[in-house]
Amino acid sequence: MDYEPVIGLETHVQLRTQSKMWCGCANAFGAPPNTHVCPVCLGLPGVLPVANDAALRLTVLTGLLLRCEIPPRAKFDRKNYFYPDMPKNYQLTQYDQPSAMGGYVEFEFQGRIERVRLTRIHLEEDVGKSFHFDRHSGVDFNRAGVPLLEIVSEPDLTSAEMAYAYLNALKDILIYGGVSDCDMEKGMVRCDVNVSVRPAGSRGLGAKIELKNLNSFSGVRQALEHEISRQIKVLNRGGALVQSTRRWDEVLGVTEEMRTKEDAHDYRYFPDPDLMPLEPTEAWLAEVREGVVELPLARKQRFMHDYQLPAADAQSFVDDPTLGDYFERIARGAANAKAVANWVINDLRARLADSGWGLHDLKFEPRGILELVGLVERGQLSHKLAQEVFAQMFRTGRSPAAIVKERRLAQVSDTAALEAFCDQALAAHPGPVNDYRSGKTAALNFLKGQVMKLSQGKANPALVGEILERKLREPTPSSS
Amino acid sequence: MHGTLRQPTSNPFQLVEPTVAKKDFDVSYVAHLARLELASAEAESLGRQLGQVLAYMAKLEELDVAQVEPTAHAVPLANVTRPDEIRPSLSNADALRNAPASNDGLFVVPKIVE
Repeated sequence: MDYEPVIGLETHVQLRTQSKMWCGCANAFGAPPNTHVCPVCLGLPGVLPVANDAALRLTVLTGLLLRCEIPPRAKFDRKNYFYPDMPKNYQLTQYDQPSAMGGYVEFEFQGRIERVRLTRIHLEEDVGKSFHFDRHSGVDFNRAGVPLLEIVSEPDLTSAEMAYAYLNALKDILIYGGVSDCDMEKGMVRCDVNVSVRPAGSRGLGAKIELKNLNSFSGVRQALEHEISRQIKVLNRGGALVQSTRRWDEVLGVTEEMRTKEDAHDYRYFPDPDLMPLEPTEAWLAEVREGVVELPLARKQRFMHDYQLPAADAQSFVDDPTLGDYFERIARGAANAKAVANWVINDLRARLADSGWGLHDLKFEPRGILELVGLVERGQLSHKLAQEVFAQMFRTGRSPAAIVKERRLAQVSDTAALEAFCDQALAAHPGPVNDYRSGKTAALNFLKGQVMKLSQGKANPALVGEILERKLREPTPSSS
Repeated sequence: MHGTLRQPTSNPFQLVEPTVAKKDFDVSYVAHLARLELASAEAESLGRQLGQVLAYMAKLEELDVAQVEPTAHAVPLANVTRPDEIRPSLSNADALRNAPASNDGLFVVPKIVE
């Protein structure tokens, strides 16, 4: 029988704040253990947590970016469990009244725009980090209390590849919105995956298996590929699947059972008595709304539409937003935005990479690129020489017109001058001339090259081609 | 109370159904959740006492609260926040001062297995 996977993701994302969720300890990665801790995040008795305003704003901003509904009221609950990564023995989270409900993520996948619905987004606190030794474990609470979003998707994903594309799209959106740096190396994004399989085309859902311990997107993809085929194998052998939690072992590339439904955790959620509910006011929401930015997919579509760019160029400007902004400043006034994009993506980006400069280090005015494009378009400068002019612009900051004038690089379109170069080239190379006349038309390119050389690259190549062809077709050979 | 009155949302308290009478809950399960080890005599007497507490609390059932919004707070306060500013943390030595065991700046705990 054919089976199809049904996948939902719970994505945890650390918010980009200065301080932690409930206290003033720094939200920073990589400090020596237990140096960003205080009585609040160590869960010492008698402390009072107070919510970080910036974290609340970033949470609601995420909700707005992902087209969620922002409920009039949200609150925090205690999720009780015994595990040394939380010194309080509970984690603060939003249980039944989260800060954002519904919404969706749209992304390109296999040539189509897919929409994955979201169930909810809630704000919670990250937990400490454990280190395991032979006979004991060690805990670092620097991470405990860092504001953490949980973005829960509906089971709308249908393959490991699609889950991978969804995660990347979500990450790009969060980076665009300045919600999170999403640095995977620093563990800022982590995933839990719910996956089941069902007979292809059927409506019901199979036994839901949760996969834990996924800290990279490629890990999610690999774990899903493995788990989907494992579930199908079990069913094909006539076995049954039970709701359970499994751990992904990255080294062995397998999932292994952690616990089944019978010993599922009983977290005994209850409202935290120390924390007051959140009731966003219109004024506060309006402030948060100012942070809503154009999403990566919308930006790509706009660049393709407004500037008639191919998808790959538009994607370059999505991947590098500051380069895209720079392009837009120039391209708004350009007759040929595609040519501007070529200069920015190919030449400018290469020189920036070579020099280690940023866009703010550029010496030339942005409109310099526009001038350069104009010179080439009007046939006043060959593309090859334009690259030299660009190199000099980049080094000195001078305008293309000034460089062309000073170096006498202007393209020669004066027919009389070009005729003379052509005659000279034809006279010097009787072999290729005869080749052309006996039908080997490729010889034309060689002769064209000679004319370009004679003109020091300044001849207008299109005109040269025309003149050469005309001369070669003349009945009397001009070479004698 | 704040806001308009609404229907109560689903009850997140999973521990004990409010209607539970004396014997309908599992003392050993509750003890396990609290990581308490009870001798059978203790389980028996604590179970009886808890049952009495619950029976007493069940009196609240007599009230019609259908129109009352569930709330965890008696004060009508919302949106209590602080600005996102870094404040000094404890030194590592102070942070670990009460720890029964520590090593290399870490709190040392019995080996964790999940």
